[in-house]
Amino acid sequence: MAVETNQMRKFLNDPARVVKESLAGLAAAHPDLVRYDAAAQIIVRKDAPRRGKVALISGGGSGHEPLHGGFVGHGMLDAACPGEVFTSPVPAQMLAATKAVDGGAGVVHIVKNYTGDVLNFKLAAGDAADEGIKVTSIVIDDDVAVQDSLYTAGRRGVGATVLAEKIAGAAAEGGADLAKVTDTVRQVNERSRSFGVALSSCVPPASGKPIFELPEGQIELGIGIHGEPGRKRAQLASASDIVDVMVEAVVSDLKPKKGAKVLAFVNGMGGTPLLELYLLYAEVDKKLRAAGVEPVRNLVGSYITSLEMAGASLTVLELDEDLTRFWDSPVHTPALRWGV
Amino acid sequence: MISERVMDAATITSWMREIDVAVRAEKDHLVQLDAAIGDGDHGTNMVRGFEAVVQALDADGGSPPGKLLILAGRTLVSTVGGASGPLWGSALRSGGRVLGDQSSFEGAELVEVLAAALASVKDLGTAAVGDKTMVDALEPAVDALRTRLGQGASLDEALDAAGAAGESGMRSTIPLQARKGRASYLGERSVGHQDPGATSTALILRALQRAARAT
Repeated sequence: MAVETNQMRKFLNDPARVVKESLAGLAAAHPDLVRYDAAAQIIVRKDAPRRGKVALISGGGSGHEPLHGGFVGHGMLDAACPGEVFTSPVPAQMLAATKAVDGGAGVVHIVKNYTGDVLNFKLAAGDAADEGIKVTSIVIDDDVAVQDSLYTAGRRGVGATVLAEKIAGAAAEGGADLAKVTDTVRQVNERSRSFGVALSSCVPPASGKPIFELPEGQIELGIGIHGEPGRKRAQLASASDIVDVMVEAVVSDLKPKKGAKVLAFVNGMGGTPLLELYLLYAEVDKKLRAAGVEPVRNLVGSYITSLEMAGASLTVLELDEDLTRFWDSPVHTPALRWGV
Repeated sequence: MISERVMDAATITSWMREIDVAVRAEKDHLVQLDAAIGDGDHGTNMVRGFEAVVQALDADGGSPPGKLLILAGRTLVSTVGGASGPLWGSALRSGGRVLGDQSSFEGAELVEVLAAALASVKDLGTAAVGDKTMVDALEPAVDALRTRLGQGASLDEALDAAGAAGESGMRSTIPLQARKGRASYLGERSVGHQDPGATSTALILRALQRAARAT
Protein backbone atom coordinates (compact mmCIF):
# COMPACT_ATOMS: atom_id res chain seq x y z
CA MET A 1 0.00 0.00 0.00
CA ALA A 2 1.28 3.43 -0.96
CA VAL A 3 0.48 4.84 2.47
CA GLU A 4 2.58 2.21 4.18
CA THR A 5 5.68 2.95 2.15
CA ASN A 6 5.24 6.66 2.87
CA GLN A 7 5.24 6.21 6.60
CA MET A 8 7.76 8.33 8.39
CA ARG A 9 10.73 6.84 10.18
CA LYS A 10 12.69 9.58 11.85
CA PHE A 11 14.78 10.04 14.97
CA LEU A 12 12.51 12.29 17.00
CA ASN A 13 11.47 12.94 20.57
CA ASP A 14 8.79 15.51 19.85
CA PRO A 15 8.24 16.81 16.29
CA ALA A 16 7.56 20.28 17.69
CA ARG A 17 11.04 20.41 19.26
CA VAL A 18 13.10 18.97 16.43
CA VAL A 19 14.79 22.29 15.54
CA LYS A 20 15.66 23.28 19.11
CA GLU A 21 17.01 19.83 19.98
CA SER A 22 19.11 19.71 16.83
CA LEU A 23 20.59 23.15 17.49
CA ALA A 24 21.49 22.13 21.03
CA GLY A 25 23.30 19.15 19.50
CA LEU A 26 25.21 21.31 17.04
CA ALA A 27 26.43 23.49 19.90
CA ALA A 28 27.30 20.46 22.04
CA ALA A 29 29.34 18.99 19.18
CA HIS A 30 31.24 22.19 18.38
CA PRO A 31 31.67 24.19 21.58
CA ASP A 32 35.00 25.51 20.29
CA LEU A 33 33.28 27.17 17.31
CA VAL A 34 29.73 28.17 18.19
CA ARG A 35 27.29 28.80 21.00
CA TYR A 36 23.54 28.33 20.96
CA ASP A 37 21.33 31.03 22.39
CA ALA A 38 18.24 28.94 23.07
CA ALA A 39 16.04 31.86 24.13
CA ALA A 40 16.64 33.72 20.87
CA GLN A 41 16.98 30.49 18.83
CA ILE A 42 20.21 31.58 17.14
CA ILE A 43 23.64 30.03 16.57
CA VAL A 44 26.42 32.53 17.26
CA ARG A 45 30.13 32.33 16.57
CA LYS A 46 31.94 31.57 19.81
CA ASP A 47 34.12 34.69 19.75
CA ALA A 48 31.44 37.15 18.54
CA PRO A 49 31.25 40.08 18.50
CA ARG A 50 34.65 40.76 16.96
CA ARG A 51 35.58 44.41 17.30
CA GLY A 52 35.96 46.13 13.92
CA LYS A 53 35.06 43.08 11.81
CA VAL A 54 32.09 43.24 9.48
CA ALA A 55 29.70 40.53 10.62
CA LEU A 56 27.63 38.25 8.39
CA ILE A 57 24.40 36.61 9.35
CA SER A 58 22.01 34.45 7.44
CA GLY A 59 18.97 32.42 8.25
CA GLY A 60 16.01 30.63 6.85
CA GLY A 61 13.87 27.63 7.48
CA SER A 62 15.48 24.56 9.01
CA GLY A 63 15.73 21.30 7.10
CA HIS A 64 18.65 22.50 4.93
CA GLU A 65 21.44 21.39 7.25
CA PRO A 66 24.30 22.09 7.43
CA LEU A 67 23.01 25.44 6.09
CA HIS A 68 23.12 27.85 7.99
CA GLY A 69 24.18 26.86 11.52
CA GLY A 70 26.92 24.59 10.20
CA PHE A 71 28.57 27.53 8.48
CA VAL A 72 29.03 29.67 11.58
CA GLY A 73 32.67 30.09 12.53
CA HIS A 74 36.03 31.46 11.41
CA GLY A 75 35.94 32.81 7.85
CA MET A 76 32.24 32.35 7.24
CA LEU A 77 29.09 33.38 9.17
CA ASP A 78 28.97 35.15 12.53
CA ALA A 79 25.47 33.95 13.31
CA ALA A 80 22.63 31.89 11.89
CA CYS A 81 18.88 32.25 12.52
CA PRO A 82 17.13 28.93 11.98
CA GLY A 83 13.36 28.98 11.61
CA GLU A 84 11.05 26.01 11.99
CA VAL A 85 11.41 23.35 9.28
CA PHE A 86 10.98 25.06 5.89
CA THR A 87 9.61 28.17 7.62
CA SER A 88 11.38 31.49 7.68
CA PRO A 89 12.70 32.62 11.07
CA VAL A 90 11.06 35.63 12.73
CA PRO A 91 12.44 39.19 12.87
CA ALA A 92 13.22 38.89 16.59
CA GLN A 93 15.78 36.15 15.79
CA MET A 94 17.51 38.24 13.14
CA LEU A 95 17.54 41.28 15.41
CA ALA A 96 19.02 39.26 18.30
CA ALA A 97 21.65 37.79 15.95
CA THR A 98 22.48 41.20 14.49
CA LYS A 99 22.99 42.66 17.98
CA ALA A 100 25.01 39.65 19.15
CA VAL A 101 27.56 39.91 16.33
CA ASP A 102 27.80 43.64 15.61
CA GLY A 103 31.39 44.66 16.24
CA GLY A 104 30.81 48.25 15.17
CA ALA A 105 31.73 47.72 11.49
CA GLY A 106 28.24 46.78 10.32
CA VAL A 107 26.29 43.61 9.66
CA VAL A 108 25.47 41.96 6.32
CA HIS A 109 22.24 40.00 6.04
CA ILE A 110 22.41 37.22 3.43
CA VAL A 111 18.81 36.45 2.48
CA LYS A 112 17.61 33.66 0.22
CA ASN A 113 14.87 34.83 -2.13
CA TYR A 114 11.78 33.30 -0.60
CA THR A 115 8.81 35.51 0.22
CA GLY A 116 8.86 34.64 3.93
CA ASP A 117 12.62 35.13 4.34
CA VAL A 118 12.56 38.42 2.46
CA LEU A 119 9.59 39.81 4.46
CA ASN A 120 10.98 38.81 7.86
CA PHE A 121 14.52 40.04 7.11
CA LYS A 122 13.03 43.30 5.83
CA LEU A 123 11.25 43.87 9.16
CA ALA A 124 14.41 42.92 11.06
CA ALA A 125 16.65 45.28 9.08
CA GLY A 126 14.27 48.11 9.96
CA ASP A 127 14.40 47.16 13.65
CA ALA A 128 18.22 46.99 13.58
CA ALA A 129 18.46 50.40 11.92
CA ASP A 130 16.21 51.76 14.69
CA GLU A 131 18.82 50.53 17.17
CA GLY A 132 21.59 52.30 15.28
CA ILE A 133 23.24 49.25 13.69
CA LYS A 134 24.44 49.54 10.10
CA VAL A 135 22.84 46.68 8.17
CA THR A 136 23.00 45.82 4.50
CA SER A 137 20.88 43.07 2.94
CA ILE A 138 21.60 41.06 -0.17
CA VAL A 139 19.01 38.72 -1.60
CA ILE A 140 20.42 35.58 -3.23
CA ASP A 141 18.50 34.44 -6.33
CA ASP A 142 20.54 32.00 -8.40
CA ASP A 143 18.00 29.32 -9.37
CA VAL A 144 17.56 29.31 -13.14
CA ALA A 145 14.57 26.94 -12.91
CA VAL A 146 12.37 29.90 -11.97
CA GLN A 147 11.58 32.49 -14.58
CA ASP A 148 12.41 35.88 -13.18
CA SER A 149 9.40 37.87 -14.28
CA LEU A 150 6.49 39.93 -13.07
CA TYR A 151 4.61 36.68 -12.77
CA THR A 152 6.71 34.96 -10.11
CA ALA A 153 8.27 35.83 -6.78
CA GLY A 154 11.57 35.83 -8.68
CA ARG A 155 14.34 33.28 -8.71
CA ARG A 156 14.95 31.26 -5.56
CA GLY A 157 18.13 31.44 -3.55
CA VAL A 158 19.86 28.05 -3.49
CA GLY A 159 23.48 26.85 -3.87
CA ALA A 160 25.00 30.30 -4.36
CA THR A 161 24.08 31.02 -0.73
CA VAL A 162 26.78 28.61 0.51
CA LEU A 163 29.37 30.10 -1.84
CA ALA A 164 28.45 33.67 -0.87
CA GLU A 165 28.72 32.86 2.83
CA LYS A 166 32.17 31.31 2.36
CA ILE A 167 33.60 33.92 0.00
CA ALA A 168 32.20 37.05 1.66
CA GLY A 169 32.99 35.54 5.07
CA ALA A 170 36.65 35.34 4.00
CA ALA A 171 36.56 38.94 2.81
CA ALA A 172 35.21 40.05 6.20
CA GLU A 173 37.75 37.95 8.08
CA GLY A 174 40.48 39.65 6.02
CA GLY A 175 39.33 43.08 7.18
CA ALA A 176 37.20 44.24 4.24
CA ASP A 177 34.75 47.02 5.09
CA LEU A 178 30.95 46.83 4.98
CA ALA A 179 30.71 48.08 1.38
CA LYS A 180 33.30 45.58 0.14
CA VAL A 181 31.78 42.60 1.98
CA THR A 182 28.31 43.53 0.74
CA ASP A 183 29.60 43.89 -2.79
CA THR A 184 31.33 40.50 -2.55
CA VAL A 185 28.03 38.83 -1.65
CA ARG A 186 26.42 40.60 -4.60
CA GLN A 187 29.23 39.54 -6.95
CA VAL A 188 28.93 35.89 -5.98
CA ASN A 189 25.18 36.04 -6.51
CA GLU A 190 25.44 37.76 -9.88
CA ARG A 191 28.10 35.34 -11.15
CA SER A 192 26.34 32.13 -9.97
CA ARG A 193 23.55 30.02 -11.44
CA SER A 194 21.97 26.82 -10.09
CA PHE A 195 19.61 24.06 -11.14
CA GLY A 196 18.25 21.19 -9.02
CA VAL A 197 16.79 17.76 -9.69
CA ALA A 198 14.84 15.56 -7.25
CA LEU A 199 14.60 11.77 -7.32
CA SER A 200 12.28 11.69 -4.31
CA SER A 201 10.21 13.98 -2.13
CA CYS A 202 10.96 14.65 1.54
CA VAL A 203 9.00 14.36 4.77
CA PRO A 204 8.70 17.36 7.12
CA PRO A 205 8.66 16.07 10.72
CA ALA A 206 5.56 18.07 11.68
CA SER A 207 3.28 16.65 8.97
CA GLY A 208 4.94 13.23 8.69
CA LYS A 209 3.91 13.05 5.03
CA PRO A 210 5.93 13.46 1.84
CA ILE A 211 5.42 16.89 0.27
CA PHE A 212 4.74 15.42 -3.14
CA GLU A 213 4.26 11.99 -4.68
CA LEU A 214 6.68 10.99 -7.38
CA PRO A 215 5.39 8.14 -9.51
CA GLU A 216 7.72 5.21 -10.18
CA GLY A 217 10.40 6.08 -12.71
CA GLN A 218 9.79 9.84 -12.63
CA ILE A 219 12.01 12.72 -11.53
CA GLU A 220 11.33 16.39 -10.80
CA LEU A 221 13.34 18.93 -12.76
CA GLY A 222 13.92 22.45 -11.46
CA ILE A 223 13.29 21.96 -7.76
CA GLY A 224 14.11 24.36 -4.97
CA ILE A 225 15.15 23.38 -1.46
CA HIS A 226 11.80 23.09 0.28
CA GLY A 227 10.55 19.85 -1.17
CA GLU A 228 8.33 21.94 -3.38
CA PRO A 229 7.59 20.29 -6.72
CA GLY A 230 9.70 21.48 -9.63
CA ARG A 231 8.62 23.04 -12.88
CA LYS A 232 8.17 19.76 -14.65
CA ARG A 233 8.35 16.03 -14.37
CA ALA A 234 10.43 13.79 -16.60
CA GLN A 235 11.33 10.13 -16.98
CA LEU A 236 14.32 9.01 -14.98
CA ALA A 237 17.29 9.05 -17.35
CA SER A 238 21.01 8.25 -17.12
CA ALA A 239 23.19 10.46 -14.91
CA SER A 240 24.91 11.67 -18.06
CA ASP A 241 21.61 12.78 -19.60
CA ILE A 242 20.47 14.46 -16.38
CA VAL A 243 23.74 16.36 -16.09
CA ASP A 244 23.31 17.48 -19.71
CA VAL A 245 20.07 19.16 -18.64
CA MET A 246 21.64 20.72 -15.54
CA VAL A 247 24.74 22.04 -17.31
CA GLU A 248 22.73 23.34 -20.25
CA ALA A 249 20.30 25.16 -17.93
CA VAL A 250 23.06 26.75 -15.86
CA VAL A 251 25.55 27.62 -18.61
CA SER A 252 23.01 29.00 -21.07
CA ASP A 253 21.78 31.40 -18.39
CA LEU A 254 25.16 32.33 -16.88
CA LYS A 255 26.76 32.89 -20.29
CA PRO A 256 30.34 32.68 -18.96
CA LYS A 257 33.22 34.08 -20.97
CA LYS A 258 34.91 31.54 -23.26
CA GLY A 259 37.58 29.79 -21.21
CA ALA A 260 36.24 31.23 -17.94
CA LYS A 261 37.51 29.70 -14.74
CA VAL A 262 34.60 28.47 -12.65
CA LEU A 263 33.77 26.86 -9.34
CA ALA A 264 31.49 23.85 -9.80
CA PHE A 265 29.38 22.93 -6.77
CA VAL A 266 27.63 19.56 -6.89
CA ASN A 267 25.28 19.57 -3.93
CA GLY A 268 23.34 16.64 -2.51
CA MET A 269 19.76 17.25 -1.37
CA GLY A 270 20.16 15.08 1.76
CA GLY A 271 19.30 11.56 0.60
CA THR A 272 21.82 11.01 -2.17
CA PRO A 273 25.11 9.34 -1.25
CA LEU A 274 28.55 10.75 -2.07
CA LEU A 275 29.04 7.75 -4.33
CA GLU A 276 26.49 9.26 -6.69
CA LEU A 277 27.50 12.89 -6.10
CA TYR A 278 31.07 12.16 -7.25
CA LEU A 279 29.70 10.25 -10.22
CA LEU A 280 27.71 13.40 -11.04
CA TYR A 281 30.82 15.53 -10.56
CA ALA A 282 32.73 13.46 -13.13
CA GLU A 283 29.96 14.21 -15.64
CA VAL A 284 29.78 17.88 -14.64
CA ASP A 285 33.54 18.36 -14.98
CA LYS A 286 33.58 16.76 -18.42
CA LYS A 287 30.53 18.63 -19.71
CA LEU A 288 31.63 22.02 -18.38
CA ARG A 289 34.95 21.63 -20.20
CA ALA A 290 33.05 20.65 -23.33
CA ALA A 291 30.99 23.82 -22.88
CA GLY A 292 34.20 25.86 -22.92
CA VAL A 293 34.71 26.66 -19.24
CA GLU A 294 37.33 25.36 -16.85
CA PRO A 295 36.35 24.10 -13.39
CA VAL A 296 39.35 25.20 -11.30
CA ARG A 297 37.62 24.87 -7.91
CA ASN A 298 34.83 22.60 -6.75
CA LEU A 299 32.70 21.59 -3.82
CA VAL A 300 31.05 18.18 -3.70
CA GLY A 301 28.76 17.12 -0.86
CA SER A 302 25.44 17.78 0.85
CA TYR A 303 25.62 21.40 2.01
CA ILE A 304 22.19 22.87 1.30
CA THR A 305 19.67 20.12 1.65
CA SER A 306 15.98 19.39 1.68
CA LEU A 307 15.68 16.97 4.62
CA GLU A 308 16.05 13.43 3.23
CA MET A 309 15.22 14.28 -0.37
CA ALA A 310 17.18 12.27 -2.92
CA GLY A 311 18.53 14.56 -5.58
CA ALA A 312 21.23 17.03 -6.43
CA SER A 313 21.80 20.56 -7.58
CA LEU A 314 24.53 22.11 -9.66
CA THR A 315 25.82 25.61 -9.01
CA VAL A 316 28.42 27.21 -11.27
CA LEU A 317 30.21 30.38 -10.15
CA GLU A 318 32.35 32.31 -12.63
CA LEU A 319 35.44 33.14 -10.61
CA ASP A 320 37.84 36.05 -10.72
CA GLU A 321 41.09 36.52 -8.79
CA ASP A 322 39.50 38.04 -5.70
CA LEU A 323 36.74 35.45 -5.46
CA THR A 324 39.25 32.61 -5.93
CA ARG A 325 41.51 34.00 -3.22
CA PHE A 326 38.59 34.36 -0.80
CA TRP A 327 37.42 30.83 -1.62
CA ASP A 328 40.90 29.48 -0.83
CA SER A 329 41.17 31.41 2.46
CA PRO A 330 41.05 29.43 5.70
CA VAL A 331 37.64 28.45 7.00
CA HIS A 332 36.75 26.65 10.21
CA THR A 333 33.08 25.91 10.78
CA PRO A 334 31.20 22.74 11.80
CA ALA A 335 30.54 21.84 8.15
CA LEU A 336 33.36 23.41 6.16
CA ARG A 337 37.00 23.41 7.15
CA TRP A 338 40.27 23.95 5.33
CA GLY A 339 43.49 25.91 5.62
CA VAL A 340 43.51 25.85 9.41
CA MET B 1 -32.94 49.95 11.23
CA ILE B 2 -29.73 51.56 12.36
CA SER B 3 -29.26 49.17 15.29
CA GLU B 4 -25.50 49.73 15.38
CA ARG B 5 -23.94 46.93 17.31
CA VAL B 6 -21.07 48.17 19.31
CA MET B 7 -17.92 46.12 19.42
CA ASP B 8 -15.17 46.35 21.99
CA ALA B 9 -12.11 44.60 23.41
CA ALA B 10 -14.15 41.45 24.08
CA THR B 11 -14.99 41.28 20.36
CA ILE B 12 -11.30 41.25 19.44
CA THR B 13 -10.46 38.63 22.07
CA SER B 14 -13.37 36.52 20.91
CA TRP B 15 -12.30 36.95 17.24
CA MET B 16 -8.79 35.72 17.99
CA ARG B 17 -10.20 32.75 19.96
CA GLU B 18 -12.53 31.88 17.08
CA ILE B 19 -9.59 32.01 14.65
CA ASP B 20 -7.55 29.77 16.97
CA VAL B 21 -10.36 27.20 17.02
CA ALA B 22 -10.95 27.45 13.25
CA VAL B 23 -7.33 27.08 12.11
CA ARG B 24 -6.84 24.22 14.55
CA ALA B 25 -9.88 22.42 13.12
CA GLU B 26 -8.73 23.06 9.54
CA LYS B 27 -5.01 22.53 10.17
CA ASP B 28 -4.69 19.33 8.13
CA HIS B 29 -6.68 20.83 5.27
CA LEU B 30 -4.42 23.90 5.20
CA VAL B 31 -1.34 21.69 5.31
CA GLN B 32 -2.70 19.63 2.40
CA LEU B 33 -3.47 22.69 0.29
CA ASP B 34 -0.01 24.11 1.02
CA ALA B 35 1.74 20.83 0.30
CA ALA B 36 0.18 20.84 -3.17
CA ILE B 37 1.60 24.20 -4.25
CA GLY B 38 3.89 25.33 -1.44
CA ASP B 39 5.81 23.57 1.28
CA GLY B 40 3.10 22.22 3.55
CA ASP B 41 3.62 24.35 6.64
CA HIS B 42 0.73 26.84 6.46
CA GLY B 43 -1.62 24.97 8.82
CA THR B 44 1.11 24.36 11.40
CA ASN B 45 2.24 28.00 11.24
CA MET B 46 -1.24 29.46 11.67
CA VAL B 47 -1.98 27.18 14.62
CA ARG B 48 1.31 28.12 16.30
CA GLY B 49 0.64 31.82 15.72
CA PHE B 50 -2.93 32.07 16.94
CA GLU B 51 -2.26 29.83 19.92
CA ALA B 52 0.38 32.40 20.93
CA VAL B 53 -2.03 35.27 20.22
CA VAL B 54 -4.67 33.79 22.53
CA GLN B 55 -2.04 33.37 25.24
CA ALA B 56 -0.84 36.95 24.80
CA LEU B 57 -4.38 38.33 24.97
CA ASP B 58 -5.12 36.23 28.06
CA ALA B 59 -2.13 37.82 29.76
CA ASP B 60 -3.22 41.33 28.78
CA GLY B 61 -4.81 43.48 31.49
CA GLY B 62 -7.62 45.44 29.89
CA SER B 63 -6.17 47.10 26.79
CA PRO B 64 -8.59 48.76 24.37
CA PRO B 65 -9.50 46.88 21.13
CA GLY B 66 -7.00 48.71 18.91
CA LYS B 67 -4.15 47.89 21.25
CA LEU B 68 -5.27 44.26 21.39
CA LEU B 69 -5.09 44.06 17.61
CA ILE B 70 -1.60 45.54 17.69
CA LEU B 71 -0.58 43.04 20.35
CA ALA B 72 -2.02 40.19 18.27
CA GLY B 73 -0.15 41.43 15.20
CA ARG B 74 3.13 41.75 17.07
CA THR B 75 2.68 38.25 18.44
CA LEU B 76 2.11 36.83 14.95
CA VAL B 77 5.23 38.56 13.60
CA SER B 78 7.29 37.13 16.44
CA THR B 79 5.97 33.56 16.40
CA VAL B 80 4.87 32.54 12.90
CA GLY B 81 7.71 33.21 10.49
CA GLY B 82 7.12 32.32 6.86
CA ALA B 83 5.15 34.83 4.82
CA SER B 84 1.89 34.59 6.76
CA GLY B 85 3.50 35.86 10.00
CA PRO B 86 4.64 39.24 8.65
CA LEU B 87 1.57 39.58 6.43
CA TRP B 88 -1.14 38.89 9.04
CA GLY B 89 1.02 40.52 11.73
CA SER B 90 1.30 43.76 9.78
CA ALA B 91 -2.37 43.54 8.83
CA LEU B 92 -3.59 43.37 12.43
CA ARG B 93 -1.16 46.05 13.56
CA SER B 94 -2.32 48.43 10.81
CA GLY B 95 -5.92 47.62 11.62
CA GLY B 96 -5.32 48.23 15.32
CA ARG B 97 -3.78 51.64 14.68
CA VAL B 98 -7.05 52.79 13.09
CA LEU B 99 -8.83 52.36 16.43
CA GLY B 100 -6.30 54.28 18.50
CA ASP B 101 -7.28 54.26 22.17
CA GLN B 102 -11.06 54.13 21.77
CA SER B 103 -12.81 51.56 23.92
CA SER B 104 -15.51 50.58 21.43
CA PHE B 105 -16.15 50.75 17.71
CA GLU B 106 -18.94 50.35 15.19
CA GLY B 107 -19.41 48.71 11.82
CA ALA B 108 -18.12 51.67 9.83
CA GLU B 109 -14.92 51.67 11.86
CA LEU B 110 -14.57 47.91 11.42
CA VAL B 111 -14.58 48.55 7.66
CA GLU B 112 -11.69 50.98 8.13
CA VAL B 113 -9.81 48.46 10.29
CA LEU B 114 -10.10 45.77 7.62
CA ALA B 115 -9.32 48.24 4.83
CA ALA B 116 -6.11 49.24 6.62
CA ALA B 117 -5.26 45.56 7.13
CA LEU B 118 -5.81 44.89 3.42
CA ALA B 119 -3.71 47.90 2.40
CA SER B 120 -0.86 46.69 4.57
CA VAL B 121 -0.97 43.16 3.13
CA LYS B 122 -0.98 44.50 -0.43
CA ASP B 123 1.86 46.86 0.33
CA LEU B 124 4.16 44.37 2.07
CA GLY B 125 3.35 41.45 -0.22
CA THR B 126 3.02 43.56 -3.40
CA ALA B 127 0.08 41.37 -4.37
CA ALA B 128 -3.16 42.25 -6.15
CA VAL B 129 -6.42 40.41 -6.76
CA GLY B 130 -5.78 37.62 -9.24
CA ASP B 131 -2.27 36.75 -8.02
CA LYS B 132 -3.63 33.69 -6.17
CA THR B 133 -2.97 34.94 -2.65
CA MET B 134 -4.87 35.91 0.52
CA VAL B 135 -5.73 39.20 -1.20
CA ASP B 136 -8.17 37.29 -3.41
CA ALA B 137 -10.26 36.53 -0.31
CA LEU B 138 -9.62 39.66 1.75
CA GLU B 139 -10.28 42.38 -0.82
CA PRO B 140 -13.77 41.24 -1.93
CA ALA B 141 -14.70 40.69 1.73
CA VAL B 142 -13.77 44.26 2.68
CA ASP B 143 -15.67 45.54 -0.35
CA ALA B 144 -18.74 43.47 0.56
CA LEU B 145 -18.70 44.64 4.17
CA ARG B 146 -18.46 48.27 3.14
CA THR B 147 -21.18 47.94 0.48
CA ARG B 148 -23.68 46.06 2.65
CA LEU B 149 -23.26 48.40 5.62
CA GLY B 150 -23.67 51.32 3.21
CA GLN B 151 -26.94 49.78 2.06
CA GLY B 152 -28.17 49.74 5.65
CA ALA B 153 -27.66 46.03 6.35
CA SER B 154 -27.17 44.93 9.95
CA LEU B 155 -23.62 44.21 11.07
CA ASP B 156 -24.34 40.49 11.11
CA GLU B 157 -25.79 40.57 7.58
CA ALA B 158 -22.86 42.61 6.35
CA LEU B 159 -20.32 40.30 8.00
CA ASP B 160 -22.16 37.34 6.51
CA ALA B 161 -21.82 38.93 3.08
CA ALA B 162 -18.13 39.57 3.79
CA GLY B 163 -17.66 35.95 4.84
CA ALA B 164 -19.40 34.73 1.68
CA ALA B 165 -17.32 37.08 -0.49
CA GLY B 166 -14.17 35.79 1.19
CA GLU B 167 -15.17 32.19 0.50
CA SER B 168 -16.04 32.95 -3.07
CA GLY B 169 -12.70 34.76 -3.45
CA MET B 170 -11.00 31.74 -1.93
CA ARG B 171 -12.61 29.44 -4.53
CA SER B 172 -11.74 31.89 -7.28
CA THR B 173 -8.05 31.09 -6.68
CA ILE B 174 -8.46 27.50 -7.94
CA PRO B 175 -8.13 28.19 -11.69
CA LEU B 176 -5.51 30.92 -11.20
CA GLN B 177 -1.78 30.63 -11.85
CA ALA B 178 0.13 31.90 -8.82
CA ARG B 179 2.16 35.06 -9.35
CA LYS B 180 3.39 35.61 -5.79
CA GLY B 181 4.93 33.50 -3.07
CA ARG B 182 6.26 30.00 -3.28
CA ALA B 183 3.43 28.70 -5.45
CA SER B 184 4.61 30.98 -8.26
CA TYR B 185 7.65 28.71 -8.74
CA LEU B 186 5.31 26.04 -10.06
CA GLY B 187 4.20 28.12 -13.01
CA GLU B 188 1.22 26.49 -14.72
CA ARG B 189 1.31 23.61 -12.25
CA SER B 190 -0.23 25.88 -9.60
CA VAL B 191 -3.46 25.99 -11.65
CA GLY B 192 -6.27 23.82 -10.26
CA HIS B 193 -5.29 24.20 -6.59
CA GLN B 194 -6.96 26.42 -4.00
CA ASP B 195 -4.62 28.91 -2.40
CA PRO B 196 -3.92 28.07 1.27
CA GLY B 197 -3.50 31.74 2.28
CA ALA B 198 -6.87 32.65 0.76
CA THR B 199 -8.36 29.65 2.57
CA SER B 200 -7.14 30.67 6.02
CA THR B 201 -8.23 34.22 5.25
CA ALA B 202 -11.78 32.98 4.60
CA LEU B 203 -11.66 31.20 7.98
CA ILE B 204 -10.51 34.39 9.69
CA LEU B 205 -13.40 36.34 8.14
CA ARG B 206 -16.01 33.79 9.27
CA ALA B 207 -14.44 33.86 12.74
CA LEU B 208 -15.01 37.62 12.80
CA GLN B 209 -18.70 37.14 12.08
CA ARG B 210 -19.05 34.67 14.96
CA ALA B 211 -17.15 36.97 17.32
CA ALA B 212 -19.28 40.00 16.45
CA ARG B 213 -22.43 37.96 16.97
CA ALA B 214 -21.34 36.79 20.40
CA THR B 215 -20.64 40.23 21.82
